[in-house]
Amino acid sequence: MSLHREPCNEIGSQTLDELEKFVATLERLEDKAHALIIYSDVKSGFCAGADLRELYRRSREMARTDAARDVREYLERIHRVMNAIDASVLTTIAAVHGVTFGGGLELALVCDLIIADKMARFCFPELRLGLIPGFGGIPRLKRDLGNAVVRDLLLTGRSFNTTKAQQIGLVSQVVGEGEALRVARATAAQLGKFDRRTAVAAKRFIKPIPYEELLQEIDIFCELFTRPAVEDGLRRFVESTDPQPYLP
Amino acid sequence: MGMTTSNQTLDEILALAAVHFKVPREKLTPDDDFFKALGINSLQALDLLTKLENHFHVELPDYELQGVSDFRTLANRIQARL
Repeated sequence: MSLHREPCNEIGSQTLDELEKFVATLERLEDKAHALIIYSDVKSGFCAGADLRELYRRSREMARTDAARDVREYLERIHRVMNAIDASVLTTIAAVHGVTFGGGLELALVCDLIIADKMARFCFPELRLGLIPGFGGIPRLKRDLGNAVVRDLLLTGRSFNTTKAQQIGLVSQVVGEGEALRVARATAAQLGKFDRRTAVAAKRFIKPIPYEELLQEIDIFCELFTRPAVEDGLRRFVESTDPQPYLP
Repeated sequence: MGMTTSNQTLDEILALAAVHFKVPREKLTPDDDFFKALGINSLQALDLLTKLENHFHVELPDYELQGVSDFRTLANRIQARL
């Protein structure tokens, strides 16, 4: 699955529609394929996360209660997509480069393996906007990493490079610039030699999906979203002419 | 790596930035605003940060770069982590 929306594959309603269509075909693919690679065709990176400009615009156009309902529907849709990829019987690989922020990192986190270009950069910047990650990031980080690391990444909201990402166990392989997709394909070819039923049984055993916490995350996000501080944060981000809007 | 001085760090940053963003090295000076001198946006600045972290084997939280836009201050921030 290639992501190909400039400037950096922001996930708004159009991308979400396309992700839903892709996920609807996943079951059919499961009979023909053994692996799924998710990568970006966009030079700037894998994915910069939710389309904050669209989110802000939509919430501004609605009454507060309608905006809350709208964002919950959006999150429930994106969670269905993420959960379907997470639970797929295919072995899933995110081949990432450049910006892998927020919802983009959450998309990578649903995959079984992350293979990263050494120029990739990761971040959960949501707290800088008065929010928490809303695409399933916290439960999946907690599933995959130690709690001290999760606190560091979330509470500081700082971005970090591939070396750090591999040190903390987020990234399985670090590769040279422009090599992530090639290495992901080579890895997928290797996995194709294994018995499928065994691979599926192993994945189910080692990768539980934290459904209960995922629902809690939606509740917390929606509770936070309607506060004026969030609207202010989003407005500052959207309207910023600062040369560093990604570094609030 | 041996002890690196501030001037060495600054020189290496200027050289790396020139190569990475294809700007003639002689056009860059320590007090230049790197956004303007390199013609880069915030995402490309993160690219520069990653390049520098990889080169100097340091980790520099991006919030330490808040308000920093000249090569000399950037070098000082990196030097503090060497």
